[in-house]
Amino acid sequence: MRRIRWNTPLVTALTGLGLITLLGIVAPFLAEEEATALSGAARAHASSEHWLGTDALGRDVLARTLVATRLTLEMTLAATAIAAVTGILLGAGVWVSGRRVRELGLRLIDVMISYPALILALVIATVLGTGPTASVLAIGLGGAPAFARLTANMAASVAQRDFVTQARLMGVPPYRVLVRHLLPNVAGPLLVLLSVAFANVLVALSGLSFLGVGVQTPDYDWGSLLNSGLASLHTNPAEAIGPAVAITVTGVLAGFVGDGLAAALDPRAGRAKVAAARPVVTAPSHRAPGEALVTVDGLAVVLPDGTRLVDDVSFHVMPGEIVGLVGESGSGKSLTAMSVARLLPEGLAAHAAELTLDDLDLAAPGTDPKRLATEIGVVFQDPSSSFNPALRMSGQLSETLRVHQGVRGAEADRRAIEALERVRIKEPARVMKQYPHELSGGMRQRAMIASALLPGPRLIVADEPTTALDVTVQAEVLDVLKDINRRRGTSVLLISHDIGVVGTVCHRIVVMYAGRVVEELSAADLRAGRVRHPYTRALLAASPRLRDTGTGDRAPLATIPGRPPAPAARPSGCAFAARCPVVLDTICATERPRLIDDVACHAVRQEVQAE
Amino acid sequence: MISSPHKLAVEELTVAFGHGRRARTVLRGVSTGVRAGQTLGLVGESGSGKSTIAKAIVGVHPARAGRILLDGEDLTGLRRRELGAVRRRVQLVSQDPYASLNPCMTAGEAIAEAVDPVRADARKHAVTVERWLETVALDGSAAGRYPHEFSGGQRQRIAVARALAVGPEVLVADEITSALDASVQAEVLNLLEELRRSLTLTMVFISHDLAVVRHVSDEVAVLCQGELVEQGPVRDVYRSPRHPYTRRLLASVPTFDKKEEAA
Repeated sequence: MRRIRWNTPLVTALTGLGLITLLGIVAPFLAEEEATALSGAARAHASSEHWLGTDALGRDVLARTLVATRLTLEMTLAATAIAAVTGILLGAGVWVSGRRVRELGLRLIDVMISYPALILALVIATVLGTGPTASVLAIGLGGAPAFARLTANMAASVAQRDFVTQARLMGVPPYRVLVRHLLPNVAGPLLVLLSVAFANVLVALSGLSFLGVGVQTPDYDWGSLLNSGLASLHTNPAEAIGPAVAITVTGVLAGFVGDGLAAALDPRAGRAKVAAARPVVTAPSHRAPGEALVTVDGLAVVLPDGTRLVDDVSFHVMPGEIVGLVGESGSGKSLTAMSVARLLPEGLAAHAAELTLDDLDLAAPGTDPKRLATEIGVVFQDPSSSFNPALRMSGQLSETLRVHQGVRGAEADRRAIEALERVRIKEPARVMKQYPHELSGGMRQRAMIASALLPGPRLIVADEPTTALDVTVQAEVLDVLKDINRRRGTSVLLISHDIGVVGTVCHRIVVMYAGRVVEELSAADLRAGRVRHPYTRALLAASPRLRDTGTGDRAPLATIPGRPPAPAARPSGCAFAARCPVVLDTICATERPRLIDDVACHAVRQEVQAE
Repeated sequence: MISSPHKLAVEELTVAFGHGRRARTVLRGVSTGVRAGQTLGLVGESGSGKSTIAKAIVGVHPARAGRILLDGEDLTGLRRRELGAVRRRVQLVSQDPYASLNPCMTAGEAIAEAVDPVRADARKHAVTVERWLETVALDGSAAGRYPHEFSGGQRQRIAVARALAVGPEVLVADEITSALDASVQAEVLNLLEELRRSLTLTMVFISHDLAVVRHVSDEVAVLCQGELVEQGPVRDVYRSPRHPYTRRLLASVPTFDKKEEAA
């Protein structure tokens, strides 16, 4: 089972409910006599003898409130159980039956839910008559639809998940699919609903007793105590206070359990503790040519707890150059690119000895937003989520122009149409009037590039721009990027996990592993297989080929043993040492290789020196 | 019963979703097949219907028309009860290793369920479970852990182990390496090739990645918008594609394979 993250409301509320339950168990033994003993003083005010006064027959109200805890809790638990069991069975039953029954059943549940549970309960109570059993049944059945709907809806969403299909294919009987795969995965929300229902049932039962259709004398619960207390509310308010406080406190505690459970079961909750980030000092070291457009020197991307996700990364992009950042997931390539675009997720901080676009300092806190927006264009991976689905393309495409360059109306539209033409979108005037969903994935991605191009940026940062696209569409989009680079001299920083993509599009490639740069090489060297770092070699060897390589078809692909180290567990030496086929015992585990002659590897270094 | 050289064959398979005016035909009269112990690669782009074929073969999507033959026996006409027994002979491994494992069941329970769908007792089948985990190069101790404790590649290997534990004759692999990093993908592909040889599995391998399909398949079938446009031995199709769509597909792959690389 998933682990529950205990939190203060949950612990407090559970402790409180525990105490009340304990009270319900012991109170009848201790205070029963006092609660039923008639005394001479009827409707006495609060005194040291009777803390909450006495009722019309002179019985102690505090004692009666305490004794009533048991009956109240029993009834509430029973009604909640009836609501939950009936509802879950109903919901599951509706879900497993055929399409027609399911549709009808779901509508029926919806109708039942739209009536307040108390009204439904009143109707049932009228039919069944008065008394505790009748009101428990009534409230229980009245609460069932909420459980039924949640169960049916959740089951329907879980049932579409792959593991349920898999179970069916393996021949797991339907009943077992329900018990083993569906219910455990809807248990969390049901548990939350259960505690909320408990609070509602408590109030509803008390309400019925208060109205006189619930518990009848000589029995009494909090609701009926409240009822008798109401008669003398103006003369002796203390009599109503006891049961009222008991109902409120128990109800609120149950509600807190619900809130606490919801938080405890939500894996996204918690953890967002932002500590003061330690300053990361890196000395300038990179020898970027003076005319470089983008200079990244000693970049570190740091979590609030000080863990370095990207560590000492240095590279540069020349004007008119396409540089590829390649690496596997977790290598830090996207974080590096997003540091350049100043779009790091919240909680992450970028530190660098130098992080500049020409004369624009990208590491300084208040970088001019206008220059950022106009000089750097960003293209994201998922073309379907990078546009607002509710707005037409025209407004979204020209946004930067309007906001930062004061271009408006017809002129903005004209420039947007031009940009769409540049990325080879046919009928750009028509596309301008369309909504994002009316465009295909490839068209959306080209429109995204057009939008990035509009303010005339000097750099385009493209983060996995073709990963979500089909291979033929990918080819078109990459062509557009190359074309823009060639014709307008726009520099491109292209992030990809696909070594084939960077090899065909880029001029120069930076290979990253575990948050560091391991090798920098020209596209020509990559294409010819002249790679030097053992990780880059392994990556190439692990990729299946499209054409015969002469090594014999279906020979096993090279694999890299082990996994990259987690960011917090990166060794002080080379991060690849544990997986490296040419590791040196003397130095690799202890000393971090520096990027010398474009490769960060002790073994390569030694080889070069030996020659 | 018609004797067929194919272990698994689909004949004139048509699959459509929806009814009446809103009906959408996803597969139009597709015929293909795979011989026992071989691998058929299915390539195509999104919307080509390649995943629909997978789901039709295992019976998740009903066929509108056409036949699906396993050892010459038509599966489309089978009643529910007969289908139950047949279904276990063909297993599906799907793309997303995060959705294909129940987050509330340990790896051991998931595999035990494949062995015994009714009881799913991980303790009773501990030996079998461990053997399958070792087959996919996972530690026996993995049996007691939950899916979220594994990486994507490990999860995908558990999914493969689970499908194999059923003891299928045919394995349908639908984009099983698409969500994986290159080095992890290599591991899964090597594993499949090894298992195919040692267990003489028949496989249908579906992928949008032409290089991957070339690596694992004997024959390849190319789908385009619900229709089969070309099929043949991998070598022939990749060297001299006949259909213009196949040619375009192959030309679009960003690749820089050079002869000297092999040296």
